[in-house]
Amino acid sequence: MFMSFTTATLIPMQFAIPDFAPAIPEIFLLAGTCLVLLVDLFLKDSNRYITYLLSQTVLLITAYLVISGINDVSMAEALQTTGKASLTTFSEMFVLDPMSQVLKVSILLITVGVFVYSRPYLKTRQMFKGEYFTLGMFAVLGMMIMVSAKTMLVIYLGLELLSLAMYAMVAFRRNDGRASEAGMKYFVLGAIASGMLLYGMSIIYGVTGSLHLDHIDSFMMGHNVMTNMGLLLGLSFVLVGLGFKLGVVPFHMWVPDVYDGSPTAVTLFLGTAPKIAAFAMMFRLLVEGLDEMLLGWQQILSLLAALSLFIGNVVAIAQTNIKRMLAYSTISHMGFVLLGILAGTEVGYASSMFYIITYSIVAMGAFGIIILLSRDGYEADRLIDLQGLSSRHPWYAFMMMLFLFSMAGVPPTVGFYAKLSVLKAVVGAEVVWLAVFAVVMSVIGAYYYLRAIKLMYFDQPDEFVGDEELLVPAKSGFDFKLLLSVNGLSVLALGILPGALMSLCVLAVEASL
Amino acid sequence: MTFELFIFYVFSAVTLFSAVGVVTARNPVYAALFLILAFFTSAATWVLLEAEFLGVVLVLVYVGAVMVLFLFVIMMLDINIDTLKEGFTRYMPIGILVAVAVAAEMILVMKSKTFDRPIPEAAPLDSSNTEAIGEILYTEYVYPFEIAAVILVVAIIAAIALTLRRREGVKKQDQGAQIRTRKEDRLRIVKMKTEAKQGER
Amino acid sequence: MDTLTTFLNSFLPEGLATLIVILLKIIAILLPLILAVAYTTFAERKVIGYMQARMGPNRVGPKGWLQPIADTVKLMFKEIITPTNSSKVVFFIAPMLALAPALAVWSVIPFWDGGVLANVNAGLLLILAINSLDVFGIILAGWASNSKYAILSSLRVGAQVVSYEIAMGFALVGVLMVSGSLNLTEIVRAQSGGLFGWNVWPLFGLFVVFFISGVAETNRAPFDVAEGESEIVAGFHVEYSGMAFALFFLAEYASMILISTLTALLFFGGWLSPFGTAMDDIPVLGFLMGDGFHWLLLKAMFFLFCYLWFRATFPRYRYDQIMRLGWKILIPVTLVWIFGEGIAIALGWQPWL
Repeated sequence: MFMSFTTATLIPMQFAIPDFAPAIPEIFLLAGTCLVLLVDLFLKDSNRYITYLLSQTVLLITAYLVISGINDVSMAEALQTTGKASLTTFSEMFVLDPMSQVLKVSILLITVGVFVYSRPYLKTRQMFKGEYFTLGMFAVLGMMIMVSAKTMLVIYLGLELLSLAMYAMVAFRRNDGRASEAGMKYFVLGAIASGMLLYGMSIIYGVTGSLHLDHIDSFMMGHNVMTNMGLLLGLSFVLVGLGFKLGVVPFHMWVPDVYDGSPTAVTLFLGTAPKIAAFAMMFRLLVEGLDEMLLGWQQILSLLAALSLFIGNVVAIAQTNIKRMLAYSTISHMGFVLLGILAGTEVGYASSMFYIITYSIVAMGAFGIIILLSRDGYEADRLIDLQGLSSRHPWYAFMMMLFLFSMAGVPPTVGFYAKLSVLKAVVGAEVVWLAVFAVVMSVIGAYYYLRAIKLMYFDQPDEFVGDEELLVPAKSGFDFKLLLSVNGLSVLALGILPGALMSLCVLAVEASL
Repeated sequence: MTFELFIFYVFSAVTLFSAVGVVTARNPVYAALFLILAFFTSAATWVLLEAEFLGVVLVLVYVGAVMVLFLFVIMMLDINIDTLKEGFTRYMPIGILVAVAVAAEMILVMKSKTFDRPIPEAAPLDSSNTEAIGEILYTEYVYPFEIAAVILVVAIIAAIALTLRRREGVKKQDQGAQIRTRKEDRLRIVKMKTEAKQGER
Repeated sequence: MDTLTTFLNSFLPEGLATLIVILLKIIAILLPLILAVAYTTFAERKVIGYMQARMGPNRVGPKGWLQPIADTVKLMFKEIITPTNSSKVVFFIAPMLALAPALAVWSVIPFWDGGVLANVNAGLLLILAINSLDVFGIILAGWASNSKYAILSSLRVGAQVVSYEIAMGFALVGVLMVSGSLNLTEIVRAQSGGLFGWNVWPLFGLFVVFFISGVAETNRAPFDVAEGESEIVAGFHVEYSGMAFALFFLAEYASMILISTLTALLFFGGWLSPFGTAMDDIPVLGFLMGDGFHWLLLKAMFFLFCYLWFRATFPRYRYDQIMRLGWKILIPVTLVWIFGEGIAIALGWQPWL
């Protein structure tokens, strides 16, 4: 009469302690973050750099652990027994595969870069507090959990961990009205999106009877999924949730306000590493879990991608604020990432993965330049602030040019290759109209990137820039400048020699499927 | 109709009624009270499903703690109902459209029998589902459980980072110092000569 | 009870007979309880009176024994005044909301082995859950009164009760770790074996925390900032009169008796005799010294006396000090205690068993 879900049959009679080895990086990061939290409590404000150094050390060691994580013997065993190059643990809720390794290392290294960039910014604004770093590291932990999730439950929890930390970081400068507003908007919309995602997940669970992505997939193989109303409803809610988190049109309204309102150091973080995690979440949910519904999500994603490309590129033209412009540019780039996914082929997934990693690197550099140019009480976030940059800082102007070229997709920067590979995949999947549309939109988008470059190289700074003091090179440390240069040159290097990263992505995707 | 079914319908009816009340109540405090009632009756439904642990925890956590703080905030904020209701009629058409769409979807889903799965066997009456949940939570679901714990830690850190203000010049009690004081710090016994009353000299 | 059920079943439909029996049981619990509340108020005035070297009430009836009856009659016939501009519905629901949970909790309290209305598995959790509803009556009363004093008081109570509930819950966790059950009867049975089998010895810290939190939960002195007369007149019930006020009174004292009984049940072996089964064979003395309801009554009365004792002894805590005590002292104490207890249980090092 009444449905009652009993757990009696689910209780494992013989429970073995799970194998912790695959999750060592996560465990280390959690322990390290707690350590930083505790150490920070006992530090004086003048010694706060210890928190910073400790956080960086923890992140770097975690990255090392990720790289050295899979030991070849166990991997070979897994390959033999399951035919997949992946290890699962914690009742198959956690998965360690080449893809998660690549994504985790990128997330960790980008976060290290983000922390380097944000240090001078935070210092000059009295925001150099331990909470920025601990919350950032918790966010990284959330991303790593998402990347390695094998059930919808863990995906959701990882997402919440990431989001919660991000909400707080956005509102970090609480005396600033705009930051608080941005935090509030981000929180409310993010919470709605989480709710949507969760609702979709619960419907899928109700239909398939499992939260585990592999089990969902195998359930769907035996059923005619495209006529199953429940699954379709679940899928659409999941896509709405994903759309919100990725910030694609029509769920993009929060992106510009949040990018603009939050402190640049936070925007820098928000616009880079979490995008990679969002890609992983989409890959796990759609490709690994709902693969059988490819036809369903392909259609919806094409619409979302086309809209994002259109709105992102066209509205960006009207922006006078660099952060808002980059926000709209993010929207259009997310459209490109969707393109690769909706191609539905291994090449497509790999090119999407390549795109998202390289985009994060590029975006990190672009925000780094904004931080470089801003000072206490002055945010260099208007386009006009770039005016005549080439005469003030020729080297950084060159770097900014590389970043902007890459975003626009101009060869020989990496953005060109990323766009090209995504488009090739889309054409390969025979969605030619979308590929043509994407190219046209990229051309439109190139306009506003090139306008910024024109401002830097062909316009002279005028009285808009403000007082003379601002013309002096920013007081950034050696590490900042070095990283910025490396960042800029890597955009060039990856553009000329994209083969290594691309083949890594292809390998990772192949191994995961 | 069995007694059990009767109780089920009573609780469901109250849940639905109070859920509608949450949305339609003019006064936010009433809305919160309706929400409490909805939580409570849902908890009763869970108990009816033999999920007594979940039911009790729903009451304990949501009704007993979360909603108290919720009411708190609502009472402290001087919410102007008119501004809240502003634009209600303007957004009404879109609201109705969305509601109809969602309702239609739900009806379609329900009619298509997607949830037509075999109902699992009920557990024997003497089994304690507190124990069962505990057992599964700390074995099979230990990973999500630990992540949930980390999320709570982040929530604490975030809340403190956003609200803690260290103001200068605040007169604060230092309990340690209070306890450490001795008689000598506070009390001074002064020896002085007894003074004669005026006029007696 | 069984004979009564079968007797009723002989001429009534099955469901109705069960219902009547349950109702009779409820009455059998509530009537003595309400009487106990009445005489607790009397005891309070007497005890505090003697502690302050005065007589206390001694005019109504022999030695003042009819005082509570007189009080009740007076309250019943007083007019109930509703403040203007208050929400009438909430204003009248609030006292009921305060009283109902305070009485409902008693359904899972065992008075002797098997002497319980509903022997549910998750009894302890249920008590916590229902107890947490108590606060709504007070909060709503404060809000509905449309008075500054009342709302200040209800805000204080809300924060205080929610804070101390945590410490209380942790203390209960310690108890259930030792006894391995959430069922109150089981918890008491696990303490058998005389005085030294009681939970209070291994869990002494938790007992102290539990009782202090219990005092704070019921808003009694020294934690009675909710009605802090010197600051906010009478707090949340400043606008209440007559029977509506009496309901709050009833709820407060019923909760006090509940906390005392719970302390006796969880930490002091409930109805178990401190002598164990040593004297069971002696005719009359064996009955008195053996397990039984009278032991529970005695223990509960002692803790009830402690309530009055505290009130006569301690000055009122300041609000921030209450919060500090709850969050910074009681909760850490319980956490550390539970941690140590967990280690002890994991190592099988259980000297108390």
